Amino acid sequence: MIWLALIVVTLTLGAALAVLLLDNLLAATAAASVVSLGVAVMFVLLHAPDVAMTEAVVGAGLSGLILALALRRLGLARLDVGTTGGRDDA
Amino acid sequence: MMRNVTTLLFLGGLGFMLLVITGTLDFGAPPMRIGTQIQQATPGDVGTANIVTAVVLGYRGLDTLGELSILFAAATAGGLVLGSAAARARPDGGFILRAGADLMFPLLLVAGLYIVMHGHLTPGGGFQGGVILAAAFFLPLLARPRTAPGHRWLMWIEGLSGATFIVIGLLALYRGEAFLTPLLDRGTLGELVSGGTLPLLYLAVGLKVGAELAGLLMRLAQDDEVAS
Repeated sequence: MIWLALIVVTLTLGAALAVLLLDNLLAATAAASVVSLGVAVMFVLLHAPDVAMTEAVVGAGLSGLILALALRRLGLARLDVGTTGGRDDA
Repeated sequence: MMRNVTTLLFLGGLGFMLLVITGTLDFGAPPMRIGTQIQQATPGDVGTANIVTAVVLGYRGLDTLGELSILFAAATAGGLVLGSAAARARPDGGFILRAGADLMFPLLLVAGLYIVMHGHLTPGGGFQGGVILAAAFFLPLLARPRTAPGHRWLMWIEGLSGATFIVIGLLALYRGEAFLTPLLDRGTLGELVSGGTLPLLYLAVGLKVGAELAGLLMRLAQDDEVAS
């Protein structure tokens, strides 16, 4: 149990760091979803399934979706960072 | 430089405040005893197997109504900012996305409806299931952008379910009880038809949240000239 919690906490903190460090905004959005997923697993371990469900659905699903759609709308959603030139927002 | 110093001062003050608060509190000795009381009173009082639902809709139903209004205001403001731009013809989602959407749509629909309808028995409820329903109805739009469904029926569902929630609350007032008091027979603990009006309230919440968020996501997905 404690080992599972340690693994989840490490994963969550790593994903949170990745959100700050990643250059690609789309990848940072995905990492933010992973943070929410880790927090949801922690809620399950703490016997709070209702809150875990909300966190997984809203934090990992909906907010990631809204952030990604907003990125697409702003023309910032790109899968590759290094290349220059055309704004390919598909 | 000045900004860094200010930030450091702010962080230091915040840390000091949190340290003082946690230092003065007894860890593991909550000052409120309402939790245990609710756990003892719920099975006979409200009749829902999921105690969280009894709190969310029974004891604190007015808070849920406030939550719904906040969500409504946020979705309305989002729609206002985004505008109802005519959907520009976007390229199709591709075979993988289309096949995946076809496969996922019924599964998401069943999962969302299950979570909404069993909100008073198992963990979950209107909000969680409503978000899943919104995702279910948003997925086909992502796969086939050309067949954009109208916002009109979404608005009708949203308005009617919101009105249902308030009408159920007002019926309790009519019966001479407090606003949003659970009515009807409590039934047997743990059965699908139990808990009085709470399942109906959760159904209204689920439909409202689902329709609202689906509308917001659809607005966000149809892009106008901004993204071109």
